[in-house]
Amino acid sequence: MGKTANSGDRKAGTHNERQEKFTTLSGVPVQPLYTQEDLQDFSYESDLADPGEYPYTRGIHRTMYRGKLWTMRQFSGSGSPEDTNQRLQYLLKQGQTGLSIAFDLPTLMGYDSDHALAGGEVGKCGVAVSSLEDMETLLAGLPLERVTTSMTINSPAAIVWAMYLVAAEKIGADWKQISGTLQNDILKEYIAQKEYIFPPAPSMRLVVDSIIFSSRETPRWNPISISGYHIREAGSTAVQELAFTLRDGMEYVDWVRRAGLDVDEFAPRLSFFFNSHNDLFEEIAKFRAARKIWAKVMRDRYGAKDPRSWLCRFHTQTAGCSLTAQQPYNNVVRTAIQALAGVLGGTQSLHTNSLDEAWALPTEHAATVALRTQQVIAHESGVAGVADPLGGSYFLEKLTLDTERACYEYFDKIDALGGMVAAIEKGFPQKEIHEAAYTYQREVERKEKIIVGVNDFVSEEDRLVDILVIDEAIAKRQQEKLAALKKKRDKARVLQTLDALGGASGTDQNLMPYILECVRAYATLGEMCDVLRKVFGTYEEPAFG
Amino acid sequence: MKTDRRIRVIVAKPGLDGHDRGAKIVARALRDAGMEVIYTGLRQTPEQIANAALQEDVDVVGISILSGAHNTIIPRLCHLLRDAGMQDVLVIVGGIVPDGDIHGLKEAGVAAVFQPGATTQEIVDFIRSHVKQAA
Repeated sequence: MGKTANSGDRKAGTHNERQEKFTTLSGVPVQPLYTQEDLQDFSYESDLADPGEYPYTRGIHRTMYRGKLWTMRQFSGSGSPEDTNQRLQYLLKQGQTGLSIAFDLPTLMGYDSDHALAGGEVGKCGVAVSSLEDMETLLAGLPLERVTTSMTINSPAAIVWAMYLVAAEKIGADWKQISGTLQNDILKEYIAQKEYIFPPAPSMRLVVDSIIFSSRETPRWNPISISGYHIREAGSTAVQELAFTLRDGMEYVDWVRRAGLDVDEFAPRLSFFFNSHNDLFEEIAKFRAARKIWAKVMRDRYGAKDPRSWLCRFHTQTAGCSLTAQQPYNNVVRTAIQALAGVLGGTQSLHTNSLDEAWALPTEHAATVALRTQQVIAHESGVAGVADPLGGSYFLEKLTLDTERACYEYFDKIDALGGMVAAIEKGFPQKEIHEAAYTYQREVERKEKIIVGVNDFVSEEDRLVDILVIDEAIAKRQQEKLAALKKKRDKARVLQTLDALGGASGTDQNLMPYILECVRAYATLGEMCDVLRKVFGTYEEPAFG
Repeated sequence: MKTDRRIRVIVAKPGLDGHDRGAKIVARALRDAGMEVIYTGLRQTPEQIANAALQEDVDVVGISILSGAHNTIIPRLCHLLRDAGMQDVLVIVGGIVPDGDIHGLKEAGVAAVFQPGATTQEIVDFIRSHVKQAA
């Protein structure tokens, strides 16, 4: 193997360069050039293999997008269930192929639209759903038998899922056939998104109950979407996003196994959710490393025998935190690059952000441009015709290996702390994320990291004229609906089912059947959560200085 | 004499919003700039924030809110601060606030709104040049 002269130069970049150093967005140094020399111990068989072959670095399916395109699944929700139903129908007409529902903060936090703490918040960040009635309105007329639904909800996920299941049951859908995803990833709430209600142990119990229930009753449903998106949005590096997500996954596997299930009984339906940020190659490497690491962890650490248990199936969303308020049309470009990274990284499902989302929830027009971005990539760019088309790139393969190694270092640290729940209680992932976020902010303010339109290439510009404003009257209408519902439902049945839920919560029975009974009686989300708050208590994050 | 004392700031997260990346960065930047900072933690009511501001005898109330509930929550908080005799306390807001809402917030008593893209240095400078400290 011939060595070229000055290979030291190639590595150290001694020639005049534009910057003092070049790194990925997350701060990983990158060389001026990568060659075969950077892949000395690399083996196609053990580090890559073909797509659809263990360890799945190149993709989970043999044919990837030649067989089936990723699902175009735009995260949507605002105002009332009627408003959101309209937006979902509209996007289906425009060609999206999956549904994804965003709920408002009161719903996410287990409060009805008429709760005192819901003031000013109803319908603002997503759709308001307080009862089965709202869920039925939300889903009215949607083709649930041929399109899958993802619901982004965590602390009260079991309850909102029960509403979906009962709504589906009432229109004659077969639970054994319905398919969709429930985010239901409480660990990342403590780490990053902070939409927790109850303390960790009872929260994990709810997740375990829903995973077990799903494995028996809804075999085509993904009861959890183990998420890194929010961890990244909170400011983590790419490696932290990957490591904390996969380690969360391992924590869930540990807990469900402790509850008595064999790993192959539930692991095939674990799913994941990653961010896709600006640095193209860093992101693609991250996705490939995710598949490789998860396959090895499931087969070697957990002894899973079913190859479906080894698959890291994931949804991707382009990075919300990268969107700028200034010069918002630049965001179309950012989203396109991030979406491309997701596709080149082999995602199963993709959401593309809208150009106006640094300001508000997306307008119909902005959401359409975002969807068209995916369609252009799928049908005009050519990348969907070849599986893992960047496989073999010296840079990408080296970055994938380095990412994998760095991820295992985090696993060791978290294992040494006693696992992920223990690490969270000690504030470890939270502090790592805050340090990374603070470092990044300092770099931006020192112009070591450029954000076009914000700290460079700034210009006088017109602001967006048309941003989505949520009508405050929606809150009032939701409150009136709740009042009417409470008058017409069978009060005795509501009380009886809530009482039964409270009783069961103090035992180790699976709570799903009890929640379903409350939902069928039209108990509200807030009423059910209040019962659980009483039994489980509520959680407040310790001050981490 | 209180004029030599460090500027005291409370960084507050009102409403249900749990996004604290920015609030924690601002709190740290203000501490690095020599101010004393109390961070309230998440999901505080306007009443809780006003009480804490009073008890901590702050010069500045910094509100972080990204959930869209600012038009409801912030005027209420400003009202409570005035009721508690804290009309000289500097009230500043950071987060997601569309241009159209800034005027209303200022009418309610907010001195400045820091929208996405603002730097921690701008916030430090604003506080230093606008804070009223009791003699």
